[in-house]
Amino acid sequence: MTGTLASIGAGIAAIAAGFGIGSIGKAAMEGIARQPEAAGKIQTAMIISAALIEGVCLFAVVVSLIA
Amino acid sequence: MKKFIISGLIFSFSLTFAVCPLAAQGGHESTDHEAESEKFNASEFIIEHITDSHEWHILTKANGESVAIHLPIILYSKEKGLDVFSSKQLAHGRVHDGYMLVEEGDLSGKIVFVNESGEINEEKLPLDLSITKTVVGMLFAAIVGVILFISLARSYKKTGVSAPKGIQGILEPVVLFIRDDIARPNIGEDKYEKYMPYLLSVFFFILINNLFGLIPAPPPFGANVTGNIALTGVLALCTFVITQFSGNKEYWRHTFATPGVPFWLLPIMIPVELIGLITKPFALMIRLFANITAGHIIVLSLICLIFIMGSFAIVPVSVLFVIFMDCVELLVAFLQAYIFTLLSSLFIGLAMPEEHH
Repeated sequence: MTGTLASIGAGIAAIAAGFGIGSIGKAAMEGIARQPEAAGKIQTAMIISAALIEGVCLFAVVVSLIA
Repeated sequence: MKKFIISGLIFSFSLTFAVCPLAAQGGHESTDHEAESEKFNASEFIIEHITDSHEWHILTKANGESVAIHLPIILYSKEKGLDVFSSKQLAHGRVHDGYMLVEEGDLSGKIVFVNESGEINEEKLPLDLSITKTVVGMLFAAIVGVILFISLARSYKKTGVSAPKGIQGILEPVVLFIRDDIARPNIGEDKYEKYMPYLLSVFFFILINNLFGLIPAPPPFGANVTGNIALTGVLALCTFVITQFSGNKEYWRHTFATPGVPFWLLPIMIPVELIGLITKPFALMIRLFANITAGHIIVLSLICLIFIMGSFAIVPVSVLFVIFMDCVELLVAFLQAYIFTLLSSLFIGLAMPEEHH
């Protein structure tokens, strides 16, 4: 049972990461569409934020791995 | 030239299909001297490849014997002093010289004292300083890094200030990238030079270890170094120590007596600030560990798919998936090294805020 709950937890973390990184991607695309010259900076910021959010999601994955 | 490259690629690609029948025969856990009931245990297979061990397992022959490189075990304790021997002596749970490698239960994987009557001393364990698989991988990556950078420095001495040639061509843009896009904006124009050695070391150490972890074959490659939480913990600890030691007065004032906070809130704010101090390196540690380990687990699971299904039809699907996941892992290897270095420099820069009163 713990194993099943753990996998459900990991799945929820994946959904949350998908939402988070998806909305970053959406904002980044809008920003680049408005101002193509700033594409480089926006891309850098997007990658940094994506990595940070993924870090949080991976906390959850690690916890479910331990369980 | 192009024809050779293309035919070479096609040849090596088709080799992967040729190798699979051999691998499917050996199959990691299927020892044939036991009855047909020995099923392939995917989670055991994966965990064995992710975690550290005292021997470097290369393959298991069809008759169940395993071919492995037995790494040295180095133990230190006050009673018995320093003991160095090959891990072959402790294989299969044998007792050697009063030591035993526990295989199951709470102390599984640890080396314990065993007295004459066969009892395990559960309270006191010898200090295990062994050269394990992770240590070998890490030392190998460190040696490669040192060779790379010493030859880089020597090539600069020879050519002086001129157009980059050879190894400079690939390393110079990366070093300049770290200096101009990571160190300078975050730490500040006047203070960044002191921290460049640390940032460069951490970036290339993580990058080389990530990349070597992705290469499965011959032995010094393919050790899951950065997927070991103790190693990433030490890297995060290094960042933490450097950050705290470069804190100026303004920084400590912000931590312990945050401006704008009324004095009666301070008993709550100070523990919160201290916890915030610890969570940042903690996040660095978990982020690197989880990303790399998750990548390895995914690749191993996709390969295990072949053995679970047990048919040849799944082989092309699995191999293509694995190739795709390896490309993602390549991106993640670079990205995680970049993020670790970026966040380290960010924290160092935050530890030296400007006076703004």
